[in-house]
Amino acid sequence: MRYVDEFRDPDLITKASDEIRRLANPSRHYRIMEVCGGHTHAIYRFGLKDILPENIELIHGPGCPVCVLPMGRIDDGLAIAKAPNRIFTAFGDMMRVPGAHGSPLEDKARGTDVRIVYSPADALEIARKNPEKEVMFFAIGFETTAPSTALTLMSAMSQGIDNFSVFCNHVTIVPAIRAILDSPDMRLDGFIGPGHVSTVIGCRPNQWIASVEGKPVVTSGFEPLDLLQSIVMLLRQLDAGEAKVENQYKRVVPWEGNRAALKVMAEVFELRPYFEWRGLGFISQSALRIREKYAAWDAERRYSVPETRVADPKSAQCGEVLKGVLKPAQCKLFGKECTPEHPIGALMVSSEGSCAAFYNYEYRKSQLTSISAMA
Amino acid sequence: MRFKDTQIEMSHGAGGKASRKLVEGLFAPLLLTDAAQMLSDAARVEMGGTAIAFTTDSFVVRPLRFPGGSIGELAVNGTVNDLAVSGAKASAMVVTFILEEGLASTVLEAEVRAMSAALKRAGVSMVGGDTKVVERGKADGMYITTAGIGIPMRGVHVDARTVRPGDKILISGPFGDHGITILLARQDLDLEADLVSDTRSVLPMVEAIAAEAATGIRWMRDPTRGGVATALNELARDCGLAVELNEEEIPIHDAVRGACELLGLDPLHIANEGQFLAVVSAEYADAALNAVRMTDGGDEAQIIGQIREQPAGAVVVNTRYRGTRIVEMLVGDPLPRIC
Amino acid sequence: MCLAIPGRIVELISGPNEVGVVEVTGVRRKVQLGLLADDMPVVGDWVLIHVGFAMSKISERDAAEQMHLLSMLGETEQAMEEVRGYGLGERASDDIGHHEAPTRPN
Repeated sequence: MRYVDEFRDPDLITKASDEIRRLANPSRHYRIMEVCGGHTHAIYRFGLKDILPENIELIHGPGCPVCVLPMGRIDDGLAIAKAPNRIFTAFGDMMRVPGAHGSPLEDKARGTDVRIVYSPADALEIARKNPEKEVMFFAIGFETTAPSTALTLMSAMSQGIDNFSVFCNHVTIVPAIRAILDSPDMRLDGFIGPGHVSTVIGCRPNQWIASVEGKPVVTSGFEPLDLLQSIVMLLRQLDAGEAKVENQYKRVVPWEGNRAALKVMAEVFELRPYFEWRGLGFISQSALRIREKYAAWDAERRYSVPETRVADPKSAQCGEVLKGVLKPAQCKLFGKECTPEHPIGALMVSSEGSCAAFYNYEYRKSQLTSISAMA
Repeated sequence: MRFKDTQIEMSHGAGGKASRKLVEGLFAPLLLTDAAQMLSDAARVEMGGTAIAFTTDSFVVRPLRFPGGSIGELAVNGTVNDLAVSGAKASAMVVTFILEEGLASTVLEAEVRAMSAALKRAGVSMVGGDTKVVERGKADGMYITTAGIGIPMRGVHVDARTVRPGDKILISGPFGDHGITILLARQDLDLEADLVSDTRSVLPMVEAIAAEAATGIRWMRDPTRGGVATALNELARDCGLAVELNEEEIPIHDAVRGACELLGLDPLHIANEGQFLAVVSAEYADAALNAVRMTDGGDEAQIIGQIREQPAGAVVVNTRYRGTRIVEMLVGDPLPRIC
Repeated sequence: MCLAIPGRIVELISGPNEVGVVEVTGVRRKVQLGLLADDMPVVGDWVLIHVGFAMSKISERDAAEQMHLLSMLGETEQAMEEVRGYGLGERASDDIGHHEAPTRPN
């Protein structure tokens, strides 16, 4: 696969990890946050932790749209879909995520028409093919995904497909990073910046992290060599006492982002005054809602929304893990009450949530060894 | 542990953790006389002093026909394969058809002909059957259940508990073709690829190993629903050892890889219908691999890993980059993801 | 957070929407090209695909430059200097104190 395989080249990976070892000051402990859940997933999938020196600690950030979605939104979406003649569509990621009354797949078993789509455009196509049904797309995602939803809504309007609506849960990444940096117990040395979000918003929105917070940011791709090269670039900045925004992922991310995508987003969405993030609480101006002009396609205006509020159990320490204060395994519930089959906290619900990724790829290594040592 | 889920969901039939919970928490305690039988794809029964292998399987695939195969062919091969990986050669089979009112006779006939051809290829006799028709809308055209008995191959003992550290893991060829072909054939995802299901009988390959390396065979399994990851996690659990895979040895077709990258799936979780996994003692590994490779359709077989002591009970992949990762069993069906 | 992978445009389809067919190692799918309206791809171009939409054109030149830098890692002092320069220092200065997310539609 072009643009994939060459960035997984084992020899170059060895070289890059040697370079990281050479650059990392042995008397220093580096705490680097990768903002994206996609990076978290890649780090575990490729086993990158095993090839990094121990004094480089990767902290998993808030960039998992499934994880940070409050449970009540799922209940709201499913409550709307329960009425006769409605079809609930969502990405596969959402399907096993539980609300207070169950997940979309559980509701499917109870009779709701629940369908997995790969693209918002596919959800619109389902609406086109089922004119007698009302089709709702349960939209999630950061700025990478929001333009696709926006363009789909514009198509729905221009083609007059009015049995289609979007239940919008799109969020923006920068306010979440700010919330984390504002947390008093936070100590980070630098950021592996969001790669695919930056294809849309560009590198500029991260500038304040460098200039105000004094932390280096490297916008990074998702292949092993991308991540390693980004760590090299961060270490060089830290070594030189610099804090700037660099773009490691130039082959995909233009510095200015994608103007056409931003235009489409601005046409369809506006900022919500505030939105709840699971694990982080309410964050102002951190999410998108559909503009008045597209009200007819806005599920929140079109249907009555129960506005369910579901509090996470107090014992779940998602916020601390999300902010990097605790490691997943340090949470009281991790691996006991809270597992990928029965997620209790936000970060266990999606495979790229830091708890689930840690559980699936890493935790059992140690856990199984210790159990068998006991036996 | 008792089965406590409140309702049956698709995941209970997906071959992963949820299926296992259902079997171990409800079916086995109430229905099985010998819990050890659960560890195998087919049961061993003594009948008048003769050992036979006995198994059953149901087929509910949609669409009924897909590139490279169809439900009828699957229904025969699935049972032949379950017996083969238990170390037995299928000899007789019975079948139940559940047909939906309104099913075109031409569709049914095509499937019966596909079954007939598969039976001939596997050298199995169909000795009986049953037919039920359900109302329109109650079945996707047709469901087929087959049950088969087989004669154990001489000197072959398949038992996870005999697996030892150092044993090698063999796979008969690239995996994921069937699952991805079905996923594409359903057209929900609007993907296209030149890919065909690997549906086939693995009996000739198993017989070849049995002929060349029978005493080296410790365990076999056909990695159907839940894929290679599920089969090997069950092995790891049942033998109490670690299953270690070497990523660079793992055979996989480009289109399967492409579809998996696009949809965020792990090929190790994708279903197969014409491959099998075997654990073979190290000294017989080369002989076993050669035997499979010399068999028609076995030329892409590979040794993909080995058994280790630690981390006990888990499947670990050594990545190409000196890293490792744990491969979990899936909870339910693999779902395409966007994040 | 967002799964996206490279694919090559193999066909452009005319119609009310900007649609093309991309290929990812033998797998083909229709993708929406509307988000690349400012710089429409042509057949043969590589694009990054996310949820069935092309998000960005992939720059062959930048990919080659990156590979070059990777292959030089740790080899010479000169390479180190290049890596130092690889990035955007030259454009950073005008952004001091820039707090606003440009995603905020106005």
